[in-house]
Amino acid sequence: MDSALIPEGVKRCSFRSFCLWLLVIFAVIGWGVLGGFLVLWKGLNQTGLNDSFGFGLYITADLAVIALGAGAFFTGFLTYVIGKKELKDIISLAVVVGFICYTGAQVVLLLEIGQPIRGWFSFWHPNVHSMLTEVIFCITCYTIVLTIEYLPLILENRQLDKVPEFHFFSHNLHEIMVVFAATGTFLSFFHQGSLGGLYGVMFARPFAFREGFFIWPWTFFLFVASAIASGPALTILVCMMLQGITRKQLVKREAISLLAKVTGYLLAFYLVFKFLDTWWWATSTAPAMGISFSEFYQAPYGIWLLIAELGVCGILPAIILLTPRAREDDVWLIIACVLNCAGIVINRFVFTVQNLALPVLPFESLEVYVPTWQEWAPTAALIAYGALLLSVSYRYLPMFPRERELNPLD
Amino acid sequence: MSGNKANGIRYGMVIDVDKCTGCMACSVACQQENNVSFREDETNKLRSITWLEVYSLDNGKSYPEHRQAYLPRPCLHCDTPPYPPCTFVCPVNATQRDEETGLVNHIPVRCIGCRYCISACSYHARYFNWWDPKWPKPMEEMLTPDVSTRMRGVVEKCTMCVHRLQLAKEKAFIEGRRELHEGEYVPACVEACPAKAMTFGNLFDSHSEVAKLAKSPHAFRLLERLGTEPKVYYLSTQDWIRKLSDNVI
Repeated sequence: MDSALIPEGVKRCSFRSFCLWLLVIFAVIGWGVLGGFLVLWKGLNQTGLNDSFGFGLYITADLAVIALGAGAFFTGFLTYVIGKKELKDIISLAVVVGFICYTGAQVVLLLEIGQPIRGWFSFWHPNVHSMLTEVIFCITCYTIVLTIEYLPLILENRQLDKVPEFHFFSHNLHEIMVVFAATGTFLSFFHQGSLGGLYGVMFARPFAFREGFFIWPWTFFLFVASAIASGPALTILVCMMLQGITRKQLVKREAISLLAKVTGYLLAFYLVFKFLDTWWWATSTAPAMGISFSEFYQAPYGIWLLIAELGVCGILPAIILLTPRAREDDVWLIIACVLNCAGIVINRFVFTVQNLALPVLPFESLEVYVPTWQEWAPTAALIAYGALLLSVSYRYLPMFPRERELNPLD
Repeated sequence: MSGNKANGIRYGMVIDVDKCTGCMACSVACQQENNVSFREDETNKLRSITWLEVYSLDNGKSYPEHRQAYLPRPCLHCDTPPYPPCTFVCPVNATQRDEETGLVNHIPVRCIGCRYCISACSYHARYFNWWDPKWPKPMEEMLTPDVSTRMRGVVEKCTMCVHRLQLAKEKAFIEGRRELHEGEYVPACVEACPAKAMTFGNLFDSHSEVAKLAKSPHAFRLLERLGTEPKVYYLSTQDWIRKLSDNVI
């Protein structure tokens, strides 16, 4: 039924199966829309947030997907700026994943603010000293860059490509993609960093506060490093997942191997500085504020979070990814990438939730945050939206340039 | 230190914890003066708006060593140079410190409700409007006309009744004065305290009562180690209360 839209020379599942799959996705999105609608209509009282937890699941999810979306800018940087041609196999996928992460995060951000209609005030009355202003400006600009990067892929659809104007426009966009890749790298560096700065500048919050360099706290640089260490891991995971579901080889193994190797080195690089930061914070920054390291870890937000973040989801995946034999094995590679991504989610969670759960006034006590379904549903819908865009892009767009060559039709 | 030294104005408060009886008159006066909305069920204290929270403290010992005290906590109008923790982070300049007076304001109609300021404040002095504000009849007719009500989805906090400062300035202007007399501008909480535990005034004026009390050997501030430089001082002769004011390893 939709065969005219499917790229030539590739095989896709039947339209009926595809529609059934979309039905499942739309069910989850519908659940999210309902939750989001209730939040917009009745207010944030629908969530588990309160005056202790100004930030919660929405912000954790936003920060996590934005970090995981860093695969787009970093793969783009490696492909177009550094010139790693083998990554051209996977760059379109990385761009789609990045686009999903950024646009999805912006929708969830709209739910998160108490006055969504005033969202544009951030551009009209910007406070240049606020890290959140930097975040808002950079994310908006980078989403535009991602859209420009996604556009040529959309225009390469079999039917759209028949329109000469679209064909030439798309071709010319490809030619100047290095400009957008470099712009994206610049913007993404600053907004990943400013997301870290968001917490590091809270000098009245001992769990989050960090000293730093010039106007940037150390969390600024750590968030950049952690994003580029985990973003490509998500790109690898999505690629492996698509290969598993379609039972096809979609990219050459060299591309995945290279990305895995780079991710391993970046994760190790990040962990070195993260351990240094944690040591300095525990032995110098926090004691100067009158707080001991052990006070930061109170049940249910115990020391297990730190062990899980830096040990199980930090050192372990770094070892796997740095071991050539292990990263060449699909199972080990998937385990390493899952752990790597989980580590970044835990990191964003502790900075968002654990930070606010801890009392600062000595006569206050620890609070516990429990999200409501109105928070879980839009978060699940964010993932479903990703599945939707990936499914549609895979079916109708030449997302993997070597798919035809690697899977010839008989 | 904020405030204009040349102008000689830096408003602050001293609260004598030893005098406070925990009657909550300050909190009620604040609520009424500033049109702070409330709900029928206020049991969830993490979602109720209390610009002036009164903390109940105890020394953790049992009778006969047991001691109890009450600590009223308005917004502390932090004097951190160059910016307080909350105004520094606001993405839309909805909260700023007036450098002429040192008072930290909040503009509800500009606030986008991102709650970054709530997260940045270690004193929990900022509150979010989780619901549409409603007042049962005939309370709507008793609202203070000089204070605008806030809407759902924005943050609000103690302003040290800055509208009273405006009224006092207007009165002084009509009388041909540029300076305010001591006690001409006081927030509602200070006025309402039956135990005279709260003193308000210009901390830059060395002759003022508030400046003298702030220099008392019994004076302390909350969480001094954080460097937030609160302009609200507390007084107590009891060591256990002073120890509860800050974190010590």
